[in-house]
Amino acid sequence: MNTEVLGVIAQVVLMVVLSYPLGKYIAKVYKGTKVWSDFMRPVERLIYKVSGINPDEEMNWKQFLRALLVVNLFWFIWGMVLLVCQGVLPLNPDGNIGQTCHQAFNTCISFMVNCNLQHYSGESGLTYFTQLFVIMLFQFITAATGMAAMAGIMKALSEKTTKTIGNFWRYLVLSCTRILLPLSLIVGFILITQGTPMGFDGKMELTTMEGATQMVSQGPAAAIVPIKQLGTNGGGYFGINSSHPLENPTYLSNIAECVSILLIPMAMAFAFGFYIKRKKLGYSIFGVMLFAYLVGVCINVSQEMGGNPRIDAMGIAQENGAMEGKEIRLGSAATALWSVTTTVTSNGSVNGMHDSTMPLSGMIEMLNMQINTWFGGVGVGWMNYFTFLIMAVFISGLMVGRTPEFLCHKVEAREMKIASIVALLHPFIILVGTALAAYLYVHAPEFVASEGGWLNNSGFHGLGEMLYEYTSAAANNGSGFEGLGDNTWFWNYSTGLVLIFGRFIPIVGQVAIAGLLAQKKYIPESAGTLKTDTVTFGVMTFAVIFIVAALSFFPVQALSTLAEHFSL
Amino acid sequence: MKNLIKSLRITLAFCVLFAVCYVLILWIFAQFAGPGKGNAETVTLNGKVVGAANVGQLFTSDIYFWGRPSCAGDGYDASSSGASNKGPTEQPYLDEVKARIDSFLVHHPYLKRQEVPAEMVTASGSGLDPHITPASAYVQVKRVAQARGMNEADVKKLVDEAIEKPLLGLFGTERINVLKLNVALEQASQSMKK
Repeated sequence: MNTEVLGVIAQVVLMVVLSYPLGKYIAKVYKGTKVWSDFMRPVERLIYKVSGINPDEEMNWKQFLRALLVVNLFWFIWGMVLLVCQGVLPLNPDGNIGQTCHQAFNTCISFMVNCNLQHYSGESGLTYFTQLFVIMLFQFITAATGMAAMAGIMKALSEKTTKTIGNFWRYLVLSCTRILLPLSLIVGFILITQGTPMGFDGKMELTTMEGATQMVSQGPAAAIVPIKQLGTNGGGYFGINSSHPLENPTYLSNIAECVSILLIPMAMAFAFGFYIKRKKLGYSIFGVMLFAYLVGVCINVSQEMGGNPRIDAMGIAQENGAMEGKEIRLGSAATALWSVTTTVTSNGSVNGMHDSTMPLSGMIEMLNMQINTWFGGVGVGWMNYFTFLIMAVFISGLMVGRTPEFLCHKVEAREMKIASIVALLHPFIILVGTALAAYLYVHAPEFVASEGGWLNNSGFHGLGEMLYEYTSAAANNGSGFEGLGDNTWFWNYSTGLVLIFGRFIPIVGQVAIAGLLAQKKYIPESAGTLKTDTVTFGVMTFAVIFIVAALSFFPVQALSTLAEHFSL
Repeated sequence: MKNLIKSLRITLAFCVLFAVCYVLILWIFAQFAGPGKGNAETVTLNGKVVGAANVGQLFTSDIYFWGRPSCAGDGYDASSSGASNKGPTEQPYLDEVKARIDSFLVHHPYLKRQEVPAEMVTASGSGLDPHITPASAYVQVKRVAQARGMNEADVKKLVDEAIEKPLLGLFGTERINVLKLNVALEQASQSMKK
């Protein structure tokens, strides 16, 4: 069998096999039961002490959200100041300058919301100091924010009737010290042995065999790449992300990085089942997500390995698939797998250029982000699925004539309103943004020209570039059809706003639903209860997600990726 | 306000944990286990550093094996990685690929059009791809041998030896590191002259 396909199978198997025990472990960590990593406890106690936090203080859902939002606001200020001033701060051997205001606004927000849309290039847009004290720091703590929010929801759903949903600060710290830190260290060790740089010397100056001078950017990459993958962040150390041969030097490093993307999101789906002691529900959620993921993988792998028909038409030997924008050591199959993996989660790192993938692959990449619930970002992806679970419960409850209940709590008008707003917000901000950009592109050509013309491709694919950018921003993904010239006033501000809406409105809504549900009276299960852990209900949820989330995007997909596919 | 002060203090604590402790652990590990002691791994020829093992470089002369087309800066600029980001149906891009095919055929007049490997006329993702496929190396053997006045079979043997197998023989791609192949080539031709 083809070794490239075998490599893809191996990676998927590895993800599933590793995420199961991890899910069990995560559930124990948030519950506070005994685990092997309890030796970290003194470190955690020190952090609580330094920060003046009482980890045993229980919060209701409003206090929980207030703490979450305030700490994010603080991080925004922290990031803005450091990015603008980076030119005069230490650890800047390459002499890079500070970012402009609109660029810093976009960079800071996109890292604060765990998106990592990058409108700069890592080699020249940042210094070693901001790489570590803004980018890497945010990659840890914003991932932990999403996980903490999910931990709060799990706590709310696991109890009969409660006003409190745990302590935000405690969940935040535990996510960092017990989950993200140990996993990042392991991945970091693997990457270093494979040749990813981890030093503080500036660029390496070399004389090539033909006598030219080559400056090789390097730095503390092996510290940033692991958390970028594990925390569904995706913001690469180098401009070209994990297709860079120093960021991702071998096939083994590629396996480590690609598995890292889905490891925690997959584990979170299992963790939910273990935490609320309904393993079957956890498995059924996992099953629906895995099914949708694998469909995407099959389509993209076959598309990319099949190659570009337009290049075939030139009469040359295209035996290894569509290699434009891909690397030989990774191959087209592993790049296709990564393109699906990074878009079902809100990761957004790439190991090959999405702009140059086949139109149908591009469609799957965008569709994954437009649905944004198949595994999704650490914590928040599962929470998006939770929104649709509530809707599915409500719809199927009405269909069979039973009061809609989820986990023994009644789902009523208020929860449904919040769930509907959250579910509709996503297509709304993507489509309005794209429509605005497309309108300006046609009707204000002088403005677009003053911003460098934006598009790198014409026609259907050009529309795809704009659609992809807003999709990626709203889903807090961060990958791009990178041909778009997006480091401009318009794109920095407009996607910055989409990023904020796409992150915080869903989190607030979802935590509120869980908090409201938890306050209600506990209704013990009876013969009349709608079972939510069956295959039928799994199919039902899938249908609701597909109808609400995917079909909203059908018209615009038809105009961009599908149109391009049929013109091949 | 209370939350804001907690935020500041916890952020500082996280700075120490991640930006200092975590980074330090990895940095120390790299000093022992990293192939380049924390820097990019280098390749030497006659004791002189001629490049980074994992970073491709530009080869244009007929006496060397060539790498793939590059969109990083002016070509293989390792301080500004980059790709073409061209969609599969974009006409100017397709014209460029055609031009690359023609120029490849000019330098390899013994080849038929259907023997030109697509990866030699399409740009890589990073613009710094250090590898080519074995097929892409074999089509260049005759040109390199002629330019160096070497025996074709000897050059082909060097290519055979340079092939890196998939991981454990099972997973991934077969590939050749262009820089390492050229170093081996240079060494072979120097020992021949002696």
